[in-house]
Order: sequence, then structure tokens, then C-alpha cells
Amino acid sequence: MIPASFDYVRPGSLDEAVSALAEHGDEAKLLAGGHSLLPLMKLRLATPSVLVDIGRLGELSYVNDAGDHLAIGALTRHHDLHHDPVAMHHAPLLSFVAGRIGDPQVRHRGTIGGSIAHADPASDLPAAVLALGGTLVARGPGGDREIPADRFFQGFLESALTPEEVLTEIRVPKATAGHAYQKFVRRAQDWAIVGSVVARVDGRVGVALVNVGPTPVRADAVETALAGGASAAEAAELAAEGLEPPADNNATPEFRRHLARVLTARALAEAGL
Amino acid sequence: MSILGNRVLRKEDPKFLTTGGTYVDDLPLEGAAHVVYVRSPMAHARIRSIDTSEAVSAPGVVAVYTGDDVDLEPMPPGAPFANPAMVRPWLAKGVVRFVGDMVAAVVAETREQAVDASELVFVDYEPLAVVIDPEAAVDNETFVHEEAGTNVVFRIPEDFVSVGMAPPEAATEPPGLFEGCDVVVRQRIVNQRVAPCPLEVRAAASLWEGDHLTHWTTTQAPHAVRGSLAQTFGVGEEQVRAIAPDVGGGFGAKIGGYPEELLVPWIARRLDRPARWVETRSESMLSLGHGRAQIQHAELGGTRDGRLIAYKLGVIQDSGAYPGFGAFLPTMTQMMLTGVYDITKVFFTDISVATNTNPTVAYRGAGRPEATAAIERMVDIFAAEIGMDPAEVRRKNMVGNDRFPFTTPTGTTYDVGNYEATLDRVLEAAGYAELRAEQRRRRGAGGPKQLGIGLSSYVEITNGIPGSEFGSVEVLADGRARVRTGTSPHGQGHVTAWSQLVADQLGIAIEDVEVLHGDTDLVPRGVGTFGSKSLQSGGVAVFQAAEQVVDKARKLAADLLEANPNDIELDKTNRRFHVAGTPSASKTWVELAQASGDEGLSAEVDFAAPGPTFPFGSHLVVAEVDTETGGVVLERIVAVDDAGRLINPLIAEGQVHGGLAQGAAQALMEEMCYDDQGNPVTANLADYEFVSAAELPSFETYSMETPTPINPLGAKGIGESGTIGSTPAVQNAVCDALLALGVRHVDMPTSPIRVWRAIEAAKGKK
Repeated sequence: MIPASFDYVRPGSLDEAVSALAEHGDEAKLLAGGHSLLPLMKLRLATPSVLVDIGRLGELSYVNDAGDHLAIGALTRHHDLHHDPVAMHHAPLLSFVAGRIGDPQVRHRGTIGGSIAHADPASDLPAAVLALGGTLVARGPGGDREIPADRFFQGFLESALTPEEVLTEIRVPKATAGHAYQKFVRRAQDWAIVGSVVARVDGRVGVALVNVGPTPVRADAVETALAGGASAAEAAELAAEGLEPPADNNATPEFRRHLARVLTARALAEAGL
Repeated sequence: MSILGNRVLRKEDPKFLTTGGTYVDDLPLEGAAHVVYVRSPMAHARIRSIDTSEAVSAPGVVAVYTGDDVDLEPMPPGAPFANPAMVRPWLAKGVVRFVGDMVAAVVAETREQAVDASELVFVDYEPLAVVIDPEAAVDNETFVHEEAGTNVVFRIPEDFVSVGMAPPEAATEPPGLFEGCDVVVRQRIVNQRVAPCPLEVRAAASLWEGDHLTHWTTTQAPHAVRGSLAQTFGVGEEQVRAIAPDVGGGFGAKIGGYPEELLVPWIARRLDRPARWVETRSESMLSLGHGRAQIQHAELGGTRDGRLIAYKLGVIQDSGAYPGFGAFLPTMTQMMLTGVYDITKVFFTDISVATNTNPTVAYRGAGRPEATAAIERMVDIFAAEIGMDPAEVRRKNMVGNDRFPFTTPTGTTYDVGNYEATLDRVLEAAGYAELRAEQRRRRGAGGPKQLGIGLSSYVEITNGIPGSEFGSVEVLADGRARVRTGTSPHGQGHVTAWSQLVADQLGIAIEDVEVLHGDTDLVPRGVGTFGSKSLQSGGVAVFQAAEQVVDKARKLAADLLEANPNDIELDKTNRRFHVAGTPSASKTWVELAQASGDEGLSAEVDFAAPGPTFPFGSHLVVAEVDTETGGVVLERIVAVDDAGRLINPLIAEGQVHGGLAQGAAQALMEEMCYDDQGNPVTANLADYEFVSAAELPSFETYSMETPTPINPLGAKGIGESGTIGSTPAVQNAVCDALLALGVRHVDMPTSPIRVWRAIEAAKGKK
């Protein structure tokens, strides 16, 4: 439970953080809330030689009403997002999901940017941002870059960010027409065995699934069926299409497919569909 | 008015809740070297070579030891009658036998340096075939211990008959066991392996001063540790001081001495400097003894009108790689085989086996929960088979109040009981009829969320290991009292309860009673704390010592007041002795203590109870089962427990709460799993489903107090009852919810995938 030795840098600004990453390349890891990285380091599954601690960069902690969308600073902690009045009003799904992450300790330390950049398919927020059709903003040596959520999650714990980039902002459309997150767990603080997120955005229904493959995924078949006029129950039956879910102690691939259908049906109903 | 029976707040809590206790890891120990063990990542392998050269020269490293360096005799099997070839080397010699087996000890100036260097010990392993499944271990050509030529540790009854532990007629199944039965139900039941997970992991620290050893360790039994150390290092017990400072839980897993702990003094002596080892949580999951781990084949027979006649239980006990107390657990299962029921014909067998897994040990209940889980599950299956309410089957077969002391067909004598009353009370408290009505309504409506009602009536054995326990009381010159106890509390609240016992006798305030424990230099003798024994052994010793101190004081007061001792009264309110009818002629405790001279006002008692006691109760659990997801929500846990006379109902209730949580967790959540190559797959608290408050309802607890005639306090043990009663109640509730879907049994933990598969399998049959 003792990490391997590492150097520690605490940049005073976002630009300094970007410079630090440019200097150390993939030897470096960003430290935000630390709730994914530090356990891996303690088990020595991750052994970065430099930690760039951006946890205290206040400039990256905010929830802003940006007209047609909401802009959320990457260092906004789950607890703050869960209780933020602007988020509760314009993106109630995101606020709700943030309140279902882990336990109070995790929610007070963990950040939305950290959760999304870590790209864990079992995490809650990545699927929510996918279902909402959000956009991720990254700052690198060459300036800012916008990445659609659909193209962000590229593999198991692998995102579209380059080693020199810092995820700075998460943008989601305002969506208040109905939403749901069905998170199936054995213990309150666990990662979802399977989760199903439903977001209603501008007449479109976004559906995304948690922990059913190497990345968080959109349930394309469900979305297409709904767009084509299928009933919620009919569409939910398609939730497992194309999935290659993992096997672990809690579920077989077959059970995960089953749960994807059941939870999606419940999430659609809960979202008023 | 007596202070006994009052809900006195625990004196020890402010410390634990504010500044915290002092655990082995917190002790200042100048110049101590840090020990880290290198553990095997393989379940079974031959060690071709160990290269320690890089580790030895790593920064801060003091020494690196392997099995060849340790000049101690290997540890014999920890279970009586075990196959003697199944010994445990201190560090692996030539072969590793489970993931977590110790291969080397790295000693460094700091813990960080020791951890870093431990990664530089390179071991060349040649994988061997593994034995993981305990059933497959019985007749297997792969042996965990090649020298033993078998994986069988022992068989009950055969090997117990041959050593005279059981009569010859016990060796074979009675002819016509199930004769007279209209119905016989059979079920294979897995009582799964669980990890004890005490809040404080294991730790040990050692200091040699010449030939004198001081050894701090997180144990439930410091005097036994002293004995082991003296034996291991060839010194007299008077040369060893074993200290259990504050201990953060044990649950039975901290009774025995582990090689990790006992090697620390060996290292300290070898290096001529103090040494300390503190394990990580990951190590604790791998190598702190595991509990339970039985596979049971049960058969229960009776009549269609609900009378139980015959019961047969065949156990395969997984003992892990180095058989210890875990191998012996089935003897406790056998003792409690028939539970609260009057079943006259029984047969019990056990095969304890070695496997390439972490050794098993005692864990909260230790062999008795396995007995209760089996019979309580079988009673429900039997009730379902004959179409009778499970409460009714229980009621019809309970041992009646007029039968005590009652000797069971496996030879256990229950002291006293009132079983049916606990069943009546739990049914009434839960509103059983209304619950069944709601269950019928939901079944009729056919929705996904069905209701299950689970019952469990239990009796268990506490203070089951014969022997005495030490207690002394001394009144000090300042009027305070000092208690020394051989019990070793690690969360149980002895400091408060023992203070109550003394305050009750002496009239000295609870806060003026000091309780010394867990230090072999301060307490001359002791057995420790396990098996729910402490109050009825050590507590009684303290109580009787207090009585003797009062007698001594009375005689002294009589001398000083020139009166007859029979005329001297103790005024507990004013803490003084006076002549009856003449309160003005009196002597206070302070005066008497000061007048007592060199002899002092003290008494020592070694109390040996004439037998064990048998607490009992009935638990009822209401569970909502989501038949689409397999998810289970515990809605209610209602518990009626009778542990005889309660000295502190608040502490007793706390024990019940913890027990209910741990028992429900086994039924619903926890399982220590290995894959088929022996790799642990639940080796951290993210993967191992340790229960949290969020998964549990508010407990509804009720106590009954049927005093036992076994000891003068009338008290029984309450430490394990909650675990024993709640586990089958939760499992029965889950199974009950699924009964109408055609599901007959779901093994523990009743996880979503198990529930879902059971439903799918039942659909397939229809």
C-alpha cells in the first residue's frame, strides 16, 4: 500500500500544468481528486515518475450557464456538481448521476474531469456525458481542442487525450425533458454492475450504458428504434445489441446483456417514455 | 439498587471516538527495523531459486531471509488429530502452497525501503498442479503436501473413533436412519469461505533485552502468545512479556499465532535490534485466516404432519494449505447439529481437506453457524415440501422447556432454553400474519418485486472450551479499585462491564474502577477472548473476586470497629462499612485499604465454569427480491435473543447489531473466491463485498433473559449469536421470495447472478 517513489509538481495555473506535461510527457500523470489514480499507485499498478497536482487550480472548478449549454470546469467535484443549482436546473441528469458516485468521501474528492479522463467503463459520469451528447474541451501546447463525447472514449481506460493535454471543460446541452439513471449495484458505494442512462435532449433520446464493454457505450440500436417510433419496451429489448460485456465476479456477459435490457426499460419508463 | 442490567455507556469509547487507541503500529519503538514479507503469486509451485542479491543491496535494507535461514522447527498442524505431515515452514521451503504463502522476509530501516526492496526479490517458480475445490481434493492425485500422500486432514467419525474420541458404534451410519419418514429432503449446501476483515490488520513488534522478550501483537489471547513464544525461542515464560495493546477487532481470526507475527522476534533477535511488522489490507485479505468454507450434503426426514425424525449431514471442510483450527470446525458443527429441534436419529460425517488456498480459522461462530445454517435451511426446504408454514414446522419440533438439561443425539447437553417463546415473540414483533398476507398479495399481482420472509431459530454453544479464567480485584489506598482480567477485549466492552461487576459488589463508582488486561506482566494468567466466553468465565472470576474483597474488608472493619463481622454492613452509597444500626461507627474503603497493610485488600479467582452455556433465539428477515435483476433489499431484520442475564444490555445490543450485520453479510454479500488456478479474485475491499450500513435496515432487536444455572451471574455469551441467527434468516428470506417461482434453494451469498440463474433454471424446468 506504499506507492513507488515519484516526483511531485504543483503548477500554479492551467498553463503551467500544460507546460509541466509537455516537459515530462507520458512519464507524468495528472493528479486531480486522486480517487482513481492513487489506489492504482498504492497497489503499484501505476508507477508514474512525476505527479502533476492540479487539484488546487480553482480556475477549473465551475458550473456556468453558457446559453444553449452548460460548461463545467474539469475540477468540479462530484459533491459540488450534485448540489449546484445551475446544474440541477439545466442538467438535472448530470447532477443526479454525480450524487450516485461512490460514497461521500469519493464525492468530496473526485472530480468530473478526473472521472472522464480516466475513461473507466464502469464509472457513472462518462456514460451520462455520452447520453447527453456532450463535448470535452482539452488544452494542449497548441491551445484548446473540442472533442465530441462520442469520439472521446477509445478503449479500456484510454481516451482521446494526448499525454500533453489537460481536460479543462465538459460541455453538455441543457436537457430538462426527462432523464433517468438506473445503476445496478450490490453495495451503495460500488461501481455499477451495469448501468443505463437516459437523457432527453431536444426531442432526441440519448441512451448510454455503463460497464458493458471496454468503454462506456451509446445504446445505438435503442436510440435508433426510438427515433423510428418504437415503443420504449420494444426499444429496450435492443439494449444488448452489439455488446461484448466483460465477465467478472458479479456477472457473466449473458447476465450483463440481460441487465442492460431490464435497466434500459426501467430507465426509459422513468424518463417518461 | 444494582447497577447490573443497566445500559451503562462504555467507558472505553471516548478514547476510541476521539484521540484513538494505541495499536501496535502506533507504538514508539526506537530503532525498530521494518519487516515486509515477499509472498507467492502462485497457488502451488516448486521454488527453483530465490535471488535476493539485488534486494540485499537496496537502500536501507538490513537483511533478507528465506526459508533456509530460519533455524526453527516447522509449525505442526494447528488442528488436533491432523495428518502430521501437513506442517508449515516459517518461510516457504522448496514449495509454495497458496497465493500469499511467505517466501522471504525483507528487513529495512523504513517500511518504504522494505516495500521497495521486496520487489527486488526474484523467485523462479515451477508451477505445479493445483487443488482448489475441496470436494475434488478428497480423491486427488495432486497433493498439497506431497509428504502426506493425501489431502485428507482427518475424517470424522473414523479418525476420531480410532483415537478414542468417539465410540466405535459412531463409526457407521445407524441402520434404517430414515425409516418411518414420509418425506426425506436432500440438498447440497455451500457455506462459503469468508474473510474476517477486522478494522485493524495484523501487526507485531518485538524487543529483546538480553534474554528477555517484549512482544506487542494484535491478538485475542496474549497469554497463549507468551506460551508460543517461550516454546519457539526456548526461553521460560517469565522471560517473555506479551502485550496486546488496543486491538481493532479479531472475530476469531486473531486467536492463533501466525508465522508472520512469530517471525518478528526471531528477526529481532537475529539482528539484535527491535523489529516491527504491520500487514497491508491486501495481505490481510490473502493471509489472515479465512472462515467457514464448508460444503454440506444434508438430508432431513420426517412425517407429512411436520414431525422431524432423522437428519444426516456430511461435511467437506476446506482447511486451506496448512490445516489449523479451520480443519477442526466441523466438530463444533457436529455438537450443534440438530439445533433447537428434538430430532432423535442423526448421522454426521466430515472430511477435512487441505487445498491450495489460505488456511481457514475460527470466525465469529466457528462451526456453529454452519450447523445452524444447514438445519435452518433444511427445515425450510422440508416445510416447503410438505406444504406447511415454516414457523409451524419449527414450533412442532422444538425442544420443550421441561426437557432441560437436554442432551442431543450428538452428545451435547443444553443448559436451559425457552425456544418456542423466542419464536412467538419474533412472529408477533414482525407481524407475521400481515407479512404473509402482503407476500400473497404480491405473488398474486405478479410484479417483479416479490417479498420473502425468512425465519431462523438457533441455539449455540458459548464458553465451549473447558478451562478456567483469571480475575482479580484490589482496592487501592486511594479508594479506587483495580481489576486484572485474563480476558483480552478487542471491542467487546469488558472494561465497562467488569467495572459494573465490581461497582455492584463494592459500591465504588464505575469510573473509579481500573481494568488491566492484555499484558502478561500485569495479568499473571489468562485464556483470552473468543467463543463468547468472557463474561461467563472472566467476568464471573472478577465478580467472585469482588465478593471476596468485600468479605475481607468486612472482617477488617469488624476488627477495627471491635464488632462481629456478621454485624458489619456495607453501605454502597457512601462506600463504607458500619455496624448494623450504627452508621456513625464506620470505615471507608480508603481507611480499610490503608489499614490492610502489606496484605492489601485484594482477591484472585480462577473461575472454571462447570460447563458451556447455550444462548438461543429466533430471527425474522423480510427481503424484497427483484426477480428481474436478482437484486435483494433487506427490508427488516427482527431479532429475539436470549443470552441469559444481561449485565449491560447496551453492550449486548451492540454485539447483536454487529452480529446481525456480519451474518446478513455472509448470506447476501460476502464470499472469498479463488479462480480454478487458485488466484484470489476478491482480494480487496472493492471486489470483496464487505457490507455497509446502506445495505442494512434498522435492526429491530428484543432480548429475553432466561438465566443459566451454570454460573452465579446467570449469564451466557452474546458475541456470536447475531451472526449465527441472522445468516439463515436472510438466506431463507431470499429463497422464500422465490418459492412460488419454483426455486428451491439459492446458495450463499445470494448474489444477483445466483438469484437470476435460479429463476432462469426454474423457468427451464416448467
